[in-house]
Amino acid sequence: MKLPLSWLQDFVHLSDLEAVDIARLLTMAGMEVEDIQIAGLPMPSRDDHGFKVSGITWDKEKIVVAEISAVNPHPNADRLTLCELFDGQVNHTVLTGAPNLFPFKGLGKLEKPIKVAYAKEGAQIYDGHADGLVLTTLKRAKIRGVESYSMVCSEKELGISEEHEGVIFLDEDAPTGMPLADYMGDAVLEVKINPNMARNANVLGIARELAALTGRELRKPTMDDGQWTDDTVNGLSSLVKIEIANPELNPRFTLGLIRDVEIKPSPYWVQRRLRAAGMRPISNIVDATNYTMLEIGEPLHAFDYDVLVGRVANPSGSVVISTRTAQPGEKLTTLDNVERTLTESNVLVCDSAGPISLAGVMGGAETEVSDKTVNILLEAAAWNFINIRRTANQHNLPSEASFRFSRGVHPDVALDGLKRCLYWMSQWSGGKIAPGIVDNYPLPPKTPVVEITAKDIKRALGVEIPLEKAQELLERLEFACQITNHQLQVTPPPFRMDIGEGIIGKADVMEEIARLYGYDNIPETLMADPLPPQRGNPGLEAENRLRDLLAALGLQEIITHRMTAPEIENRLLPPNSEVSNIEYVKLANAIAPEKRVLRRSLLSSVLNVVERNARLRESLAMFEIGSVYIPNPGQLPDEPRRLSIAITGRRYESAWDTKVGVKVDFYDLKGILEALMDALHLDVTYTPAEHPSFHPGKCAAVVLNGSSLGVFGELHPLVQENYDFVSPVLAAEFDLEAVLAAVPPGYPIRPVSEFPPVLEDIAVIVDEVLPADRVEALIKQTGGKMLESVHLFDVFRSEQIGAGKKSLAYALTYRSYEGTLTDKDAAGIRSRIIKRLENELGAKLRS
Amino acid sequence: MLEKLAQIEKEALESLAAVEDEAALESWRVANIGRSSPVMNVFSQMGGLSKEERPLVGQRANQVKVAIEAAFAEKAAAIKDAALQKSLTGEKLDVTLPGRAFHHGRLHPATQNLRRVLAILAEMGFQVYTSRDVESDEYNFQLLNIPPHHPAREMQDTFYIDTSATDEAEKQVLRTHTSPGQIRAMRQFSAENPDNPPPIRIALPGMCYRFEQITARSEVQFYQVEGLVVGENITLGDLKGTLSEFARRMFGRQAKTRFRADHFPFTEPSAEMDVECFVCGGSGCPVCKKSGWLEILGCGMVHPTVLQNGGYDPARYSGFAFGMGPERQLMLRHKINDIRYIWGNDIRFLEQF
Ligand SMILES: [Zn+2]
Repeated sequence: MKLPLSWLQDFVHLSDLEAVDIARLLTMAGMEVEDIQIAGLPMPSRDDHGFKVSGITWDKEKIVVAEISAVNPHPNADRLTLCELFDGQVNHTVLTGAPNLFPFKGLGKLEKPIKVAYAKEGAQIYDGHADGLVLTTLKRAKIRGVESYSMVCSEKELGISEEHEGVIFLDEDAPTGMPLADYMGDAVLEVKINPNMARNANVLGIARELAALTGRELRKPTMDDGQWTDDTVNGLSSLVKIEIANPELNPRFTLGLIRDVEIKPSPYWVQRRLRAAGMRPISNIVDATNYTMLEIGEPLHAFDYDVLVGRVANPSGSVVISTRTAQPGEKLTTLDNVERTLTESNVLVCDSAGPISLAGVMGGAETEVSDKTVNILLEAAAWNFINIRRTANQHNLPSEASFRFSRGVHPDVALDGLKRCLYWMSQWSGGKIAPGIVDNYPLPPKTPVVEITAKDIKRALGVEIPLEKAQELLERLEFACQITNHQLQVTPPPFRMDIGEGIIGKADVMEEIARLYGYDNIPETLMADPLPPQRGNPGLEAENRLRDLLAALGLQEIITHRMTAPEIENRLLPPNSEVSNIEYVKLANAIAPEKRVLRRSLLSSVLNVVERNARLRESLAMFEIGSVYIPNPGQLPDEPRRLSIAITGRRYESAWDTKVGVKVDFYDLKGILEALMDALHLDVTYTPAEHPSFHPGKCAAVVLNGSSLGVFGELHPLVQENYDFVSPVLAAEFDLEAVLAAVPPGYPIRPVSEFPPVLEDIAVIVDEVLPADRVEALIKQTGGKMLESVHLFDVFRSEQIGAGKKSLAYALTYRSYEGTLTDKDAAGIRSRIIKRLENELGAKLRS
Repeated sequence: MLEKLAQIEKEALESLAAVEDEAALESWRVANIGRSSPVMNVFSQMGGLSKEERPLVGQRANQVKVAIEAAFAEKAAAIKDAALQKSLTGEKLDVTLPGRAFHHGRLHPATQNLRRVLAILAEMGFQVYTSRDVESDEYNFQLLNIPPHHPAREMQDTFYIDTSATDEAEKQVLRTHTSPGQIRAMRQFSAENPDNPPPIRIALPGMCYRFEQITARSEVQFYQVEGLVVGENITLGDLKGTLSEFARRMFGRQAKTRFRADHFPFTEPSAEMDVECFVCGGSGCPVCKKSGWLEILGCGMVHPTVLQNGGYDPARYSGFAFGMGPERQLMLRHKINDIRYIWGNDIRFLEQF
């Protein structure tokens, strides 16, 4: 919300404070000032102002109130005029092109001089013709043969608003010669209004906060400027009746009448304030409703009373206003001239002829105030904020009124709003307020009473604040307080709906005490409570250990978006694969089609990233750990964690002395996985596996105790083609929950023997189809504890060995823990190994 | 025989003088000291000599052998020394040529940063509590004192899951904050001992989601770390003291904090903790948008309704909670001006951490 300082000063004395000081007070108390726009006042005096400040200062010598006594034609240009102007000291002839001075051209000496904002030679103002805000200094120049050195200013030139259609016509009582900065210099604070501060979405609300924060007096506007009691025969209650169908939706409805208004522009000071607050001045009557809403927070609506009377063709002039929910499909043309089709959750204000306004959101076109309006029926009502929020969203009608109503306006404010607005209307239009107000208030909100003790304050805030002090602070915000028996009874003022009852009310009031006491003044303490039992998070710790291991193995961790699309994940399958009906967790409101479901595959995420980086590096090795999302009808989805790895490119990067290296293959990835499994102390086996994403001959499962922890392999050539890869890609996907569940809590280590080993190689010829791990397993089993290690160092095929055969060469290390082994000991073991290999696997020793 | 020995010695020493490298020295050694060298042959022929000659020849042969061996050792040392000198003076690498690439893996910067935050919190006694990404409306909003149609839950902020649920509470959302974990933790712990629930001090990290367009300044997903403390004597002063201490550990002992009032539905009183801008030291710069302060975290005393919903009686227990976006700290620290880098996973970005 935009708040002109000049307006705030109607209600609280602030002129001794700089705009930044006021901004700081508000910001610290929960009303964050996002921007300060200076229009005339001095810029902040200190460097460390702490706020975004922009705008222009009006030089007191060079920019003053002046009066134009005649508007003469320019001798050489039709579109320019020459004004006879007096700046309080000297007469000037000032050249202007302002269209709003045209009507006065050639009229000779004006009956009433026009008061204007006058910038003298050397004054710094904004260039009115430039896009945006460009500072310029007025210099002497000749324009079409006439000398010009000064200017009559528009709002844009003075940094008040974007307005540059004409020059400012100040109000008649503006004192000629007075520095303009003294007359109307201002600063506008842009304040963020949080939902709990809805009561402060108006000038009076913020002024009240400032008065409370500084301990100053709040000068509330008087509401006694009308004849509110209806004691005349022709009083309003004899003319107007109000019927409320549903008090839950419409707890209060009030009406007032003002007669014989003259529709015309508002005084300049009103227009300036409205524009500074971000609203467009329209006419004195509409401006009065907006001005009052900005001033005290009650949105109002003005009806043309005579149109209402005419609609029901009732010569007696009596009108029945009713509020009810709309019939489904009922129509109303709102004052933006859009015919709106309504639903039964929308609330309507009606007369006997039908709907006249979409309650709290926008009035109807037919009954709105026009140039010809003479008598005004003014509505101030209270609405259910949830209902208004829904209706405003449904019809896409955000407005200053619906903004306030949808955050909650206390029904008590309605009457103040009505009176205040009638007052401004009478001031600005010459209208006469009809005696009496019609007020239907079927559902006043309950007023809670909150009880606070000094102990409560100490317990919540950690600081001793005597009840008397708390009372004084709360009374600044117009809480009614009373201390009895060491208890402070607190009743919120009749414009607040944010204070609850019981223990919630206590918290609500505690926040107010803390805000006014000052968060800064609450001492910092460390918790006196004992440390709670420390539980740890084994799942996360294990996950972190895995991340460290993978990084230690040379892989780059990535973290990707959880949102994807089925067609993106289907790239994991060869084209034309039959995609069985895979259910996804779908978003109801996706930001983009390619982000419309939650991923089911982590592998897909990793491959997408590898693809994007494929041309940036000779080799890539990446992993991601994270959840996938499996729908679970009627319940929250399952979110199992997965680990996915992909590697591609060169095994070794080329260097100045090593040129092109070989590319990674299945066994590079397997080596990584073996190291990983070894580090996790998982005694896994690797078995051939099938998976649609992988080459059928180059895919394996990682198996522990008969169940698979994950699969890996080389991407299926047809899957590879779905991506823009440069080299073959090897990838793996693991069920992380299964992997982490299998990690043993502890593990024993083998002792280290002090005795020398016997080293020996053996090579055996076996059938090509025999998996190598069976040979190794048999060697290990037969070698027993004397066989310290078995290392396959060569796989060899040749014509000499024969087709369908391969030679496997192992380096064996024998070692004992008890003593030095002899060659004879080793030979014994070796012959047993060879014998079993021959008998059980059909192996032949290669000589 | 003695003349022959003198001849052998002379020839051996003469031929040694011509030896210049290790290979020549080795063949010289085989020829002159090896098993079938002339001097060794003399030893093997000793059996054919008379009793008188044998000691004389033996003694002389030994002298010759020792002399030849000594000459060899001297020569070997000379050659080795020459080779060393040649190597030290002759071999000169261009040390400016690049080394061979050696790859180490890295953790994602968001992981590194998250760990740093959690490590500091762990030192302060906050244990990590993790919970799910897809939440019910009830847990993400209602139990946190955000009823339906609360201004804090405008449709444009929340991703909803497409379900057939009609009951508002059962509707599913991508969590907009890690706060539903507060309810899950409180309910879990209070269920352990409903009459006397244990105190709580936890950190809740996790991915959160907001319905926004992806731009340089906004993302659809982000990490959040929340903290929750519940106990019988927890005050706003404790909140200030604990979080200022956190800021000093996070940003350095000199870090200055300020707390200003703010609003969150699930805490009351609520505050925003700012830390004095560590780029400009508080004098104002583009990073802090000239304010001198950086918004670091939102915090407040746990709302009584939230305590109640977690199974903790607000008349007996109080607590505070706070939440921060670690990516923001990451961006501040490394001057990252486009948030899309974080989940973009460009290797050129990731490799810099
Ligand atoms: Zn800064």
